[in-house]
Amino acid sequence: MLKIEGLTAEVEGKQILKGVDLEVPAGEIHAIMGPNGSGKSTLSYVLSGREGYEITGGSVSFNGVDLLAMEPEERAAAGLFLAFQYPVELPGVGNALFLRTALNAVRKARGESELDAMQFLKLARERLKALHISEDMLKRGVNVGFSGGEKKRNEVLQMALLQPKLAILDETDSGLDIDALKIVADGVNALRAPGFSALVITHYQRLLDYIVPDRVHVLMQGRIVQSGGPELAKQLEAEGYASVQAAA
Amino acid sequence: MPAVTETIDTVQSVTEGAYKWGFETDIEMEFAPKGLNEDIVRFISRKKNEPAWLLDWRLKAFAMWQKIEEPRWPAVSYPPIDYQDAYYYAAPKQTVKPRSLDEVDPELLKTYAKLGIPLKEQAILAGVEGAGETPSEGGRMPVAVDAVFDSVSVATTFKARLEKEGIIFCSISEAVQNHPELVRQYLGTVVPQGDNFYAALNSAVFTDGSFVYIPKGVRCPMELSTYFRINAKSTGQFERTLIIADEGSTVSYLEGCTAPMRDENQLHAAVVELVALDDATIKYSTVQNWYPGDAEGRGGIYNFVTKRAQCRGRRSKVSWTQVETGSAITWKYPSCVLLGDDSVGEFYSVAITNNRQQADTGTKMIHVGKRTTSTIVSKGISAGRGQNTYRGLVRVAPTAGSARNFTQCDSLLIGDQCGAHTVPYIENRCMTAKVEHEATTSRIAEDQLFYCRQRGLSEEDAVGLIVNGFCREVLKELPMEFAVEAQKLLQISLEGSVG
Repeated sequence: MLKIEGLTAEVEGKQILKGVDLEVPAGEIHAIMGPNGSGKSTLSYVLSGREGYEITGGSVSFNGVDLLAMEPEERAAAGLFLAFQYPVELPGVGNALFLRTALNAVRKARGESELDAMQFLKLARERLKALHISEDMLKRGVNVGFSGGEKKRNEVLQMALLQPKLAILDETDSGLDIDALKIVADGVNALRAPGFSALVITHYQRLLDYIVPDRVHVLMQGRIVQSGGPELAKQLEAEGYASVQAAA
Repeated sequence: MPAVTETIDTVQSVTEGAYKWGFETDIEMEFAPKGLNEDIVRFISRKKNEPAWLLDWRLKAFAMWQKIEEPRWPAVSYPPIDYQDAYYYAAPKQTVKPRSLDEVDPELLKTYAKLGIPLKEQAILAGVEGAGETPSEGGRMPVAVDAVFDSVSVATTFKARLEKEGIIFCSISEAVQNHPELVRQYLGTVVPQGDNFYAALNSAVFTDGSFVYIPKGVRCPMELSTYFRINAKSTGQFERTLIIADEGSTVSYLEGCTAPMRDENQLHAAVVELVALDDATIKYSTVQNWYPGDAEGRGGIYNFVTKRAQCRGRRSKVSWTQVETGSAITWKYPSCVLLGDDSVGEFYSVAITNNRQQADTGTKMIHVGKRTTSTIVSKGISAGRGQNTYRGLVRVAPTAGSARNFTQCDSLLIGDQCGAHTVPYIENRCMTAKVEHEATTSRIAEDQLFYCRQRGLSEEDAVGLIVNGFCREVLKELPMEFAVEAQKLLQISLEGSVG
């Protein structure tokens, strides 16, 4: 599904990623943990194609194609979804319109028929119900006046509608209470399938109680310094990153 | 941010050549000699077979115009205009009424087709005898159209149907012939001849425009619409619109405008006067899409327009909604004089400047009557090297006890070479009045664009979505069909104008 080799990247002339190697096979969920400033968010932005992040070396292959050569919207159409750490507000833009425009853009790029307003509403209602999210969410402006938890729920709703092949969750758990955390986890777990992979970026082990990863990687100072099973997350929680640093 | 310059480039590449109404119709025209003097004023008046009082009125305006100085206070710059180097009268030559579409100048028909007017309406517009007075498509809400081609109103649709309700909707030239008493009673009472430089010029040489009279208690059953087009080279368009809503009546009026692409600048100096009597409501919507000039600022329309409404009666209401996407320069302040007690004035505006466009636009709300209220919502969008100024005046007279105004001015910047300016004047002479002003300036943020693109939207679609969101409060004031048109227009005008 996703194969990252020797990836190096700079932000404003400062090297952040210093040679990341990572492979996520289809159907697996991997967690990336690491202390602040280790390059976790940079990795998610580089993978999704945000401007301002200069790739200085390495390669990323996504289902066999060169991910780094694609525009952000092409990556989205190819099935890459980034759940933002800080979802962005779009004043005056209705959430339903935004979601339908996004879904249709992706469907169009995939050669599927676009949904009209009624078809979309039916689909959106199903997804909302499955995620136990209130329908009011559709009527509001995109993320405008949303609480932190609502914003994250909205990200999960978008993910459920867009049905990505690879979901990157960038510290989606930060600032969430336990109920919101469960909704996020349910959203990801509902997508679990042989053709779906996820990269769960988190600071804490807590989220991984609900989304149990196949592999856990530790990102420090721009490199993956340690990989292991779910037990690695528990060990980090108990001993802190200092122990990994010492071992590395 | 590197993102910004790249985005701007994309936007510009899309924007260039995006003006799809820039064609020219090759049609036989009749011109008055170039230049402006008393003889030209007489020529126009004679051409229109006007009564003596109107010629005198025009001549008085011309004398005033010669004494008034061109305004220099707007925040726009342009080379001096040579008012003697333009035609003040240009009209399609055809004078015999055609009996079928086959007899209509095919070039004129082509123009209507390109402008997206359905065939049935084309026939009516071309003045084909007996062409339908019934709605063209089953179930569709009819819109009565008056089309003004350069100096002359070419046709008005649905006239007979409106007449049944006692509504008069015709060109102002026809009104002068058929309803002189109404024209004489109201013309120039809202915008006097000497009001300002361009209003005086218009009063002297206005050639056509629309006239609307809604009788007492009548709710106009359809949208009334005027379509303005400047076609001929080196002509100015000076239309004059007069709308009178008698007691308890209601009318919604739409106006649209386009012009061919030309390297030279063309002048459009219109005057619009609205009169609302007791309990009358006038809703006036404009989608202004005059040719804005090219990316380097060559050509484009100078849109110097005076629009004003008088709420003369108690509880009368006037609502202006404008979407200004075109013109090289826009100088326009649709205003409301709130004379009647409890009368209401509203101004909803979206103004876009891209490339080298300049706009200095806003409104005046003059509160005279008691408990009068006004609302101003202005959305300015600047992109490219565009300059966008909101200029507004809220004046509350000592007589306007408990008057209220709320003003909201929001500016959106796209790129780093454009400008947004807000110049609100507030003159409150009434202790019990309440005046509120809010203003914001923002950019389309890189993170907003990235968020949209990560969800699969192209950059253009993302900009369109964000801008339409920004303008939503104004767009929702437009009649349904116009709103859809306006949304598309915003996107075309702005494609790539991101920052």
